Order: sequence, then C-alpha cells, then structure tokens
Amino acid sequence: MSIVRNAQGKEIRARNKGFFRTLFSQWQLMVMSVPMLLYVLLFNYGPMWGWVTAFQDYKPKLGMLGSKFVGLKNFEWLFTRQDFINSIRNTLAMSIINLVFGTVSSILLAILLNEVRNRGFKRTVQTVTYLPHFLSMVIVVGMAQNIFSSNGAVNAMLLNLGLVREPVFFLGEGKYFWWLVGVINVWKEVGWNTIIYISAMTAIDPCLYEAASIDGAGRFNKIMHVTLPGIRSTFVILLIMNIGHLMEAGFEIQYLLGSSVVMDWSQTIDVFVLQYGISKQQYGVATAAGMFKSIVAIILLVSANAISRRLGEDTLI
Amino acid sequence: MTDMTKVPQGIAQVNKKNKIGHDRVFPVVNTLILILLMIITLYPVINTVAYSFNDGTDALRGNIGLWPRVFSMKAYESILSDNAVYQAAWISASKTVITTLLNLFWTSMLAFALSRREYVLRKFITTVMVLTMYVNAGLIPNYLLISRTLSLSKSYWVYIIPTMFSCFNMIVIRTYIGGLPDALVESARIDGAGDIRVFWQIIFPLCMPVLATVALFVAVGSWNSWFDTHLYNAGKKNLHSLQYLLKMKLATTQASANAAKSSAEALASTTQTTPVTIRCAITVISTVPILIVYPFLQKYFVTGMALGSVKG
Repeated sequence: MSIVRNAQGKEIRARNKGFFRTLFSQWQLMVMSVPMLLYVLLFNYGPMWGWVTAFQDYKPKLGMLGSKFVGLKNFEWLFTRQDFINSIRNTLAMSIINLVFGTVSSILLAILLNEVRNRGFKRTVQTVTYLPHFLSMVIVVGMAQNIFSSNGAVNAMLLNLGLVREPVFFLGEGKYFWWLVGVINVWKEVGWNTIIYISAMTAIDPCLYEAASIDGAGRFNKIMHVTLPGIRSTFVILLIMNIGHLMEAGFEIQYLLGSSVVMDWSQTIDVFVLQYGISKQQYGVATAAGMFKSIVAIILLVSANAISRRLGEDTLI
Repeated sequence: MTDMTKVPQGIAQVNKKNKIGHDRVFPVVNTLILILLMIITLYPVINTVAYSFNDGTDALRGNIGLWPRVFSMKAYESILSDNAVYQAAWISASKTVITTLLNLFWTSMLAFALSRREYVLRKFITTVMVLTMYVNAGLIPNYLLISRTLSLSKSYWVYIIPTMFSCFNMIVIRTYIGGLPDALVESARIDGAGDIRVFWQIIFPLCMPVLATVALFVAVGSWNSWFDTHLYNAGKKNLHSLQYLLKMKLATTQASANAAKSSAEALASTTQTTPVTIRCAITVISTVPILIVYPFLQKYFVTGMALGSVKG
C-alpha cells in the first residue's frame, strides 16, 4: 500500500517489472544503506560465530577451526564454580536493586519536576541532575571513593549526626557493595531517566487535569489519577526493556569499584567473563558464560513481553 | 531518596486537612526537595574540585568539603608538566572528533535511506539493525574478532572502526526525518534530484537539531570510554586515552581507600602530591570539555531522547 501511495509513477511501473528492477532503480538508496548493513553484519553478527568456542576447548594457537569440540563441558564446569554462581546472584541482585531504585526515583523526580511552575527553576534542576549522566564511570567511581571513604563526607555526616560511632568501611565490606552500586547508579542516572517520563507527562491532555479539578481533585489526587495513569504505557515498555536487561548489571562500576576484598559480592557475570576470558585466557569458558547470559536475557525479554500481552498491557515486540 | 518517598504521603495528609493551605505548602516543600537534590548531585563534583586544589599530603586526612583546606596548585602543575597527559588528551580529543563525524555521516545516511517507504530493502535492513539492540555476541567473541580476526589491537583504529554505528542513534535520526514533510523529498525528486542529492542538499541541513543530539551522545561516549584502551591498547603507552590514564590512577588510589585504617602509615610515606589530588585534577581537566558543551545542547537532546524512546 505505502509503496503505491508514496512512490512516483516510474517506480510503480518498475515494481511491476520485478524486485531486482526496482532495486536497481534505487541504487542511490543502496549506496547509502548497504555499507552500514555490511558493517553491522561484520561487527554485530560476525562475532556470533565465536559462540562456537563455547563448545570447544579453545586454544588461540589452533583457532576456531582447529580446536577440539567438548560438547557442553564448559557449561558444566561453569556451574560447578562457586564464583560463577556468586556472579549470577550478584548480577541479578544488583540489577533488581538498580531497576527498583532507578524506576521509583526517576518517576518520583519526574512528578516533582512536573509540578514546578517556575520554568527557570525547572530548567536549572534538569540541567544539574542530567549532568552526572555525562560523567564517565571512572570519574564517578573516583568521586564515590572520596565521598564514601572512611574519612569522606558520608562518614563525617553519620558521625556528626551520631548515627554511628566508628566510621563505616563502605568500600571495604561486601555487604554494602550492592547498595553502594544502587545509590551511585541512582545518583548518576536519576535525572536522565526522568526525560522520558516527563515527555510522557507533557503528552497528557490538559483537559484531564481540568476535569479532575472540577470534580474536586487536589494535587495529590491529580497525580494519582491523571499523571500516573498517563505514564503507564511508558512505564510498562521500559519495564519490559529493563527486564530484558536484568542480566546486565553493568560491569564498569563493579570492575572499577570492586576489589579483592569484596569480590564475592562485586563480581558480576560480565566481570567473570572478563577475568576468565581476558586475564586467564580461558576463552571457551568465558564465551560459554557470556552465551548463557545472552540466552537468559532473550528468554527474560520474550517472557516479560508475553506476560505483558496477557495482561493487556503494551508490548515491545 | 528516602526523603522523596515520604513526599506523596505528606501531600495526602495536607490535602485532606486543608486544600488552600496545601497549595501554598506543596510548592515550598517541592522546591526544598529539588534544591536538596541539586546539592546532593553537585556535592561530589565540587568536592572533587576542592580536592584537586588541595595540598597533597593534607588531602590524605580526608574530610575536605566544598573548599580546599590547604590551597595548592601542585597537582595541576605536576599534571601539566607530564607529557603522557598531553598525549592522552590528544588521543582522546582526536578519536572523539573522528568518531563523531563518521557516526554522523554513516548513521544519518542510513537513517534517510530507511525512512524512504518505497525502498525495497527497508524492512530487511531495519530488522537486521534493530535486532542488534537486543542480541549481543558478548565480550569474548567481540574481542576475538577485533583483536585476532581483524588485528585491530595495538592500533589507533580500534578506537574508530568498531564504534562507527549505533542503532539507537539511527532510530532517533530516522524518527526525526519521518517527521519532516514528505513533499520536501517528492518535489526535489520531481525536479530530477537523486536520493543522494536530496539527502545532502535538503534533508541533512534540516536535521541539525537531531544531529546535535546524536553528536553529543557519540562524543560523550567516545570521550568517556576507557575499556577499549584497557582491552586492546593497554600495552601501547602512546595510545592511552585520558580516561584510561584516570583509570590507572584510580587503581593506585584504590588500595589506600580500601585499607583506610592504615592511613597513618600512608600519611608517613607520601610525597608532596599524592595520587588522590592528581586523580581529582585529571578528573577536573577531563570533565571541563563536557561541562562546557552540554548545557548548550540540552534542549536538543531532550527532544532526541523522547524521539528515540518512542520507536526504540
């Protein structure tokens, strides 16, 4: 349909003559798009051949063609490793903490910003809270080390308020690690994540607020019954996408902030892959771990999507 | 964050009691919360600046707030006399510029081609592209491709070639082009212009707002990346980027942060400028370019984000 409506007469005729005729007449569009298609096939799909190494006892010298196939041995070995089990647990724990903290904080901030009437002030808050998104994780972790160190600002505050007697070693004890990562991620991304919610809120019909006012709704009721339902579909779509990313708790922050002292709590699957694949050169095992992660991620994405469809909500795919 | 969760309850209570009072109270409370949030956001940043201007030995005692305790320019002096920093800054800046330009060039052309409804490969190419956002081969296969198959490691090109395209950015630009009137393209085509010419002479100039957004995303990503250096170019000192330099400083100061109990020992064994102040000074130097650029682009990237998320 759209082809007939949009194309010119020349192309409709060409189309009737066959696919390749049309394709040939569109050589300029091909020049603009095929190079990037080849690029993506090489750099995004090409590495998928590397998944073969997950089933091999991969030796760099022998390469993918020469290495011996070992079936599922790499996967079996992975699940006997306590540090791999730990890294699955840590990945899920940190990404759930990130998801809950991140979603709740950014929706709350979006609501608060939406209620601000002074445009200059609103813009200032937005400019300031977007800023950390643009800082690299290296910088953010450096700042966190200053702030959370035993003589840093957080400990100084806790001591002054009398909440603790001794400085807390936030960076040196495993039990704090997940929460530290959650707090740092919220600090970094809360402002940025409001952008999408605020744009959903500006799409809400102002008549709804007026009607609610006439019915006697106060500010809180308007938030509950107009604003929140208005961002519901955005929330659902983002939730499905985030569930698809549950296996990715990130690795930069864990890699940079973690240390051997807290490794049992800081190592995520990505850090595990990095450690075994790059440092220890056990490519087969590391690829298997990465592949396990990708497969679980796809299963999570598809099932979240299916559940959402079942519940009559919006879907991603 | 706990303060923020209390807010709706607070509003509810006031609301029940007195609607007029609530309309006066809420904006005040809201403003206070947002000011507090800005303080929490800016505190670590200003704290880092304060550290960078503090005396190195004194900085080890910690507890520096928003202002240096013992003012010193030693950290900056020592950085600005270090050739490695200049080299790293040059690598970072040049790779950022080249990556950004290449990204804009390829991504916008592709976005235009995929926005033409009559294009017969449109569906196929779009599907191939969008799938890359959800399926990733993983770190090791990528590493093997780039370092072994393509032999890009230990070279400057590893910063440029693997980062030339992002599907998310393509969707952002395509959505923007989709919002332009179709008549623009059609009238130019009737006048005899080919697709390439239509794009460069008519569509590209109109895309400046969205291209500014994408340029910011790509530039910040390239400027902030350290992992590519870590993975491929760690052994080549002259190819280190600024962020990687910072990452190495982080690793050396980390030991002292973790073993904070022995700070007295550390205090005894340090020279005038310690890594903490140097690290903070490099942080400041590497952040200033972003701080200068980003507020000017704010109005663009907010729209860009909204566009990308609709279709993404």
